[in-house]
Amino acid sequence: MNTITETRWLGQDIREIWFENSRIAGSFKPGQFLVIRHGETGERIPLTIVEVSDGRIRIIIQQVGYTTSRLCRLKKGESLGNVIGPLGHHSDIVKYGSCVCVAGGIGAAPLKPIAAELRKQGNRLTVIEGVRSSKYLILDKELEKIADRFILMSDDGSVGEKGLVTLPLKKMMEEGNRPDYVYAVGPPVMMKAVSVLTRQYGVPLTVSLNPIMVDATGMCGSCRVEVAGETKFACVDGPEFDGNKVNYDLLMNRLKVYADDEKHAGCDIGGDNAG
Amino acid sequence: MPTTRNTQDATSEEIMPVEPKKTPMREQPPAERTKNFDEVPCGYSEEEAVKEAKRCLQCKKPLCVEGCPVEIDIPAFIKHIAEGDFRSAIRKMKEKNLLPAICGRVCPQEDQCEIKCVLSKKHDPVAIGRLERFIADWEARQEEKSAAEKAAPTGKKVAVIGAGPGGLTAAGDLIKMGHKVTLFEALHKPGGVLVYGIPEFRLPKSVVEREVDFLVASGVKLELDYIVGKTSTIDQLLEEYDAVFISTGAGLPWFLNIPGENLNGVYSANEYLTRSNLMKAYLFPQYDTPIIRGKNVAVVGGGNVAMDCARTALRLGAEEAHIVYRRSKKELPARIEEVHHAEEEGVVFDLLTLPVGYIGDDNGWVKELECIKMELGEPDSSGRRRPVPIEGSNFRMKTDTVVCAIGQSPNPLIPQATPDINTGKSGNIEVDPATGKTSKKGCFAGGDIVRGGATVILAMGDARKAARSIDEYLRTGKW
Repeated sequence: MNTITETRWLGQDIREIWFENSRIAGSFKPGQFLVIRHGETGERIPLTIVEVSDGRIRIIIQQVGYTTSRLCRLKKGESLGNVIGPLGHHSDIVKYGSCVCVAGGIGAAPLKPIAAELRKQGNRLTVIEGVRSSKYLILDKELEKIADRFILMSDDGSVGEKGLVTLPLKKMMEEGNRPDYVYAVGPPVMMKAVSVLTRQYGVPLTVSLNPIMVDATGMCGSCRVEVAGETKFACVDGPEFDGNKVNYDLLMNRLKVYADDEKHAGCDIGGDNAG
Repeated sequence: MPTTRNTQDATSEEIMPVEPKKTPMREQPPAERTKNFDEVPCGYSEEEAVKEAKRCLQCKKPLCVEGCPVEIDIPAFIKHIAEGDFRSAIRKMKEKNLLPAICGRVCPQEDQCEIKCVLSKKHDPVAIGRLERFIADWEARQEEKSAAEKAAPTGKKVAVIGAGPGGLTAAGDLIKMGHKVTLFEALHKPGGVLVYGIPEFRLPKSVVEREVDFLVASGVKLELDYIVGKTSTIDQLLEEYDAVFISTGAGLPWFLNIPGENLNGVYSANEYLTRSNLMKAYLFPQYDTPIIRGKNVAVVGGGNVAMDCARTALRLGAEEAHIVYRRSKKELPARIEEVHHAEEEGVVFDLLTLPVGYIGDDNGWVKELECIKMELGEPDSSGRRRPVPIEGSNFRMKTDTVVCAIGQSPNPLIPQATPDINTGKSGNIEVDPATGKTSKKGCFAGGDIVRGGATVILAMGDARKAARSIDEYLRTGKW
């Protein structure tokens, strides 16, 4: 179980892994995640499931710290170690009408199954994908295929339009193409910027949060987030929440708790892109 | 001074002196042990164990057994120790308890078997817990281990959910009864609170491993990384298994619900202990999981878990570890032994003190805990005097790490995924206390998922009772 069957680099420091685990694959629904612990000394980290097929699971990992770097170095035939899941509530997706999915960086990975399900339910779908630069671009072809309309943005203009993901979203709102529903997954600062727009135009927003977790079964409370002023555990109450009510500043702050320890372990924690 | 035996069981011919004090157990000195995570009490030698066992009066109607939730034949195993027949002693023990190395260390014997000991009227009771630990540790050093004696196979299959003290006990009992048992565990290691919660210095993880290995050697199948309610549902399990025992524990920590609780540096006891114990963060960076090594650690709460957190903080290098508790010392729910160990190690007790808020610094880290002083008023529903805030007594204590050890609710995963299992107000699974039966046919439950936060041994007692009713259900088919 958990043997890797396929790996490839999708972009700089971004690795795709397919592995075998029929019992998790059999129970998975879009929006859910899993926890991986690699090796006897490994820490437990949450990762979103991108896709399942024939008892195999597809995950996408960005090297941002010690553990993700170790996972990215694994090869076909090796075991991922302990894999627990599927965890969290699945997305509650119905037909809303016109929807926009906003993906930032590695957030494209968790967003893909949600976008696919939105399309399956008969929604008109615009996908806006944003990346720092072309070398971090992932899943664009697949998202383009799912979407009725696909907009690509990059911070440096190396691919797609230059600018933030909120630019085309704002334009849609201002031009009167206000969507009925928005999904956003990406760095907290991006989700926060999206929520400013959706609140302003009164559009419902769902976001998927990925705070620090340990057991991910509700036991430890490490993943505390604040939604509408109330503390929630992202692992058992989420990972999806009303994006118009999330306290993003708190989320960003809590993601930095172990930043010094990551430095100690000789790694840089790229908190800005931890999707 | 030794006195003479004078009990219901002592005949005039056998009047002989009894040592009034328990044979002491050697411990690591406080100054040394706060620098390591090794076990604090060292255990009895064979000579010490025999000496202590000889204090037992061998009552004909032993009251100690009544005090034991798993009904160990206490005088019988102690008699074997007194005679130096350790092999027979461990066999006798394992007739009733497959986890003696654990129980000998973490059971509150002073409230259970030892409180009932006839000797305790005048002297120290027999050190039953220490003898239990001794005989289990003795066996671990022998090459030949006793295997569980099993009844003829019944062909029935039972799923036990949660490999904590309740699940391990149920699995052990059911395998002895001749059933096939699969033990499902959500974490990557079996043991539940014994591995994620109770620290190494109180219960070495090798001891838990040893007892789990014994169950596996006896035929229990272990499925790790398996979250019932997510990986599969109870209904799916019931397609394959004839009965299910749910012992998933109290896995949803409480916080104080006061301002600033989500500042960085504020932990639940569960997270603090899980990082340190299960994930071995005390060995970071050799192990990958980090933990905040605070200099001024405040632990809120007064139970065993709070003591574990404060003592862990010292071992992680804290200059000061405080217990912040709203009642007085007399009401501390922790075992006296744990309070004593904490005091010896230098834990500061801020009693009659209630936190009312956390104060953060500019970077979102906790820097102070605002508290109010309390005084004891009239007795409340628990019979303890109710703590009442003293108006205007607010003060702030400097801290960089706060651990909330104020209790927890039952884990919600199975109740959420299994609507036909009735639950109570606090999310606990409701059962018939005599049988452990839930509202769903074939499903039994016990331990903290039923009780909320209680003790290891009560979970084991529930499991024993439920195993008996599961056996009866499987043999008769009657629900």
